[in-house]
This record gives sequence, structure tokens and C-alpha cells, in this order.
Amino acid sequence: MNKVNRKVIRTEDLNFWQKLYIPEIIKGMKITIKQMFLPKFTRQYPEEKWNPPASFRGRPVLVEENGKERCVACGLCSRVCPALAIEVQASETELSKERYPVKFEINMLRCIFCGLCEEACPEEAIVMSKEYELTFFSQEEAIFGKDKLLMPKETLKDRLEFLRQYR
Amino acid sequence: MDILISFIKIVVYLGILLFTVAYLVLVERRVSAFIQNRIGPNRVGYKGLLQPVADILKLMIKEDIVPKLAYKPLHRLAPIISIVVALSTFAVVPFGDKIVLFGKEIKLQIASVNVGILYILALTSLGVYGIALAGWASNNKYSLLGGLRSSAQIISYELSMGLSIIGVILIAGTLELDKIVEAQSGWRWFIFLQPVGFITFFVSVFAETNRLPFDLPEAEPELVGGYHTEYTGLKFGLFFLAEYANMITASAVVTTLYLGGWQFPYINTFGIPDFWVSVIQILTFISKVLIVIMFMIVIRWTVPRFRYDQLMNLGWKWMLPLSLANVIVTALVIYLVE
Repeated sequence: MNKVNRKVIRTEDLNFWQKLYIPEIIKGMKITIKQMFLPKFTRQYPEEKWNPPASFRGRPVLVEENGKERCVACGLCSRVCPALAIEVQASETELSKERYPVKFEINMLRCIFCGLCEEACPEEAIVMSKEYELTFFSQEEAIFGKDKLLMPKETLKDRLEFLRQYR
Repeated sequence: MDILISFIKIVVYLGILLFTVAYLVLVERRVSAFIQNRIGPNRVGYKGLLQPVADILKLMIKEDIVPKLAYKPLHRLAPIISIVVALSTFAVVPFGDKIVLFGKEIKLQIASVNVGILYILALTSLGVYGIALAGWASNNKYSLLGGLRSSAQIISYELSMGLSIIGVILIAGTLELDKIVEAQSGWRWFIFLQPVGFITFFVSVFAETNRLPFDLPEAEPELVGGYHTEYTGLKFGLFFLAEYANMITASAVVTTLYLGGWQFPYINTFGIPDFWVSVIQILTFISKVLIVIMFMIVIRWTVPRFRYDQLMNLGWKWMLPLSLANVIVTALVIYLVE
């Protein structure tokens, strides 16, 4: 006989009590009943929210500094976006920064939360936030303009620090 | 007057049974959640106590879909058979001894049939028709497999069930359930006199009610939903109801036959007024049934499903010889003692 057809050899056979099955069921029930009194893992979601760590990639937002966006409308994010979710229209200002986005839109139905926009951004102007609750009643609602995207720098401190440390 | 009392008894029994069934579903979900370190349904009402109402409403509002090629009369009849059998089995189970209400002695049993156990055995085996017909009439291969499995399973386990009851009948000397309970006064519960019979009966009960170690008729990983794959809405609800009603009836029968029914050991020697004795006996019965039900639920979330051949092996090679041997030994002992 070749090795393939050989029967499986059990190193350990069931003893009498294990073959009886009933003591084993009682053992199993001991475990299940013990589990009933252990702490639960469930999070009561809408009331009890999850606070993600800094490495979490939630929806992308624009960093707002001194009431203005940091963005200089270079268009790199829109260029790198694999899902073609970002649309930027640039315009000029008299400030030293010179350029700013007139229109900055992210289509949240297309966004895949890859974080490439954040990596490509030379100004650290677009970062991934911790927000993960994204629900819409219509497709139009899902296109986030500058009004929804701008977020003060202080609220994004965790992420900015994380980026400085690991990028 | 007697008819009126019977009618009231039927209504109360049905009410209690349906209420318990509804809440049993919730209990099962909560217990299973606790065993799996979850919380379970706790949103509807206080701590989820209104969940059964929501479930029933949902089942009633749902669309009733009947497959185009299903055999419609049987498709409609099958859930009805299941539920009728499940509910009517409960009629002979004695809840308590007698209670004196408004100067009238009321027996706490809808029908004191003199072949009580046979009635239960006959009706529970009718229950398989509901499942088998549902499987056949649905015109779906998975349903059919579920129905077939159910009939094979129930036929093989009914034998050991009937044989293990014979031990009880031999000791009690009667087929009437209330007399059997009376024979178990004090600590003479049949679980102590018939431990092997109790085990074989209890295992067969699991198989008869399609509870988990033996839930091959529905076996959701293999057979989609088994016999109720093609059922929706209230018809599915009826199957669900029948399953849980069967579970309650089964645990009531186990309690009656082996755990001393409504017997509270030596309660008559405590010197409590008769009325309160009856109340305590009813409560004893209910708590015993609840303990058995909890046991069944915990077993469900402990033991994995049997394979089909293992099921048949267990049924024919172990349960049947064991219960037969039990009958012979019991008969011998009774013959020698008398």
C-alpha cells in the first residue's frame, strides 16, 4: 500500500466516558453557562460611539487655519485620486499664498478612503478625519463642498501629529 | 357549567401557551446572546421586552409568497397541521392538582384522558406530517430534503421515546398523566427511579422537537431553511410558533413524566391552607418546566449539530437497545419486588 491510501491513525482514542457523550455535554454546558456571566463585547452604538485611533482613515477634510483653508489648489489630490472623487477649481488672491480653491468638491459616493490625497498634498491641507458616519438621503447630498469639508486645525490635531510622526 | 369551565380553561391555557411561546423566542435570543458574550435584542420597550410584539407585527405585515409550482392546498395545510398538533398536545398536561375557586373544585387539566400518554405520542407523531408535507408541497429540493430527514428522524426516535415511557407506565401502573404525577409523591420522582429511561426519553424529545443537536430538518447551513424555506409571513410564523410550542409541551411532558409534575415534596405536611397548596403546586410545575426549557436552550448553544449518519447510528444502535434494556430491567425488578 502506498502512503496516500493509508488510514488516518489516531494518536489518542476516546475513552469510555468520552464515548458516553453525556459527561462531555455537561462539560460543554459548564463552559457556555460560564460565558453567560462574563462581560459583554457589544457596543451600544448610537449612544456609545467609537473613538477611532489617529491612524484611522475617516472622511477626508480640508484643514482650516485662521479661518482660511490651507489648500493652494494645486490639484495634486484630484490628480492622484484613484476614484476620481475630487474636483478642484483654483483662483488667485492678493495674499502671499496667491492661490486658493474657489470650488473644492469631494463626491463621498466615489471616495474609497484610500488616503492618497492626504499623501499627495504638499501643504498638509487635506487630511483624513475620524468621522465615519456618512449617510445621505440623495446623491446630491453626497457631494461635499467646501462648507462641509473645512474643519478647524485644532480638531484634527491627532491626525496631523500622526502624519508628522510616521510620514 | 362544566362546559363553560372547560372553555375558560382552554382560553387560559392557550393564552398562557401563546404568551410563553412569544416570550420564549425572546428568552432564547437573549440567552444565546449572553452565551456568545453579546447583549441581544434590548431596544424595543424596556430591556427589549416588547420585542415579541414587534416580531409578530412584522410577520403579519410581510407579504405572503407562495411558489408558483407549489402544491397550494398542502402548502397551506402544512403549517396548520404543525400548529394544531403543537397546541393540542398541551391539553392533557396537568398543571396542578385541584384548585377550589368560588366554591367549585376545578381540575387543572383541560382533558383528563385515560390514555393520556398515548394521546401525546399519537399527536406528536402527527406533527411530522406538517413538516413532511411542507417539504413536499413547497416543490423545492431543500425543503423536500428537510421533510424527508424529519420523517426519518422522527420515526427512529419515536421508538425509543415510546419504549422509555413504558418504564414509567410500568411503575405507575396507569396511562393517565394526572395519576402518573400522583404516583410521584414525595421524592419518588421517576427521574430517580428511571435514570436511563429519563436520558433516552429526553434525547428523543430533542429529536422530536427538532431542537439543535438534532435539528436536521432545518439545518440552515446545509438546507437553506429546510422545510420552511418556501414559507413567508404568517405561515412561517406558524411553523416558528409550532416549534416553540412543541418545545414547551415537550418540557411539560418531561416534567410530568420524570420530574414529578406539580409535586412539591411533602407540601401537605407543612400545614398550609389548601388554596395556597394548589398555588404553590402550579408554581412548582411552571418553574420545573422553565428549568427544562432553559436546559434545552443552553444545550442548543452548546452542542453542534449531528451528522445524518451519526443521528441514525445514535437512534438505532444506542437509544433503541438502551430503552429496550430499560424496559426489560424495569419489568424484572417490578416482577421481583411484587
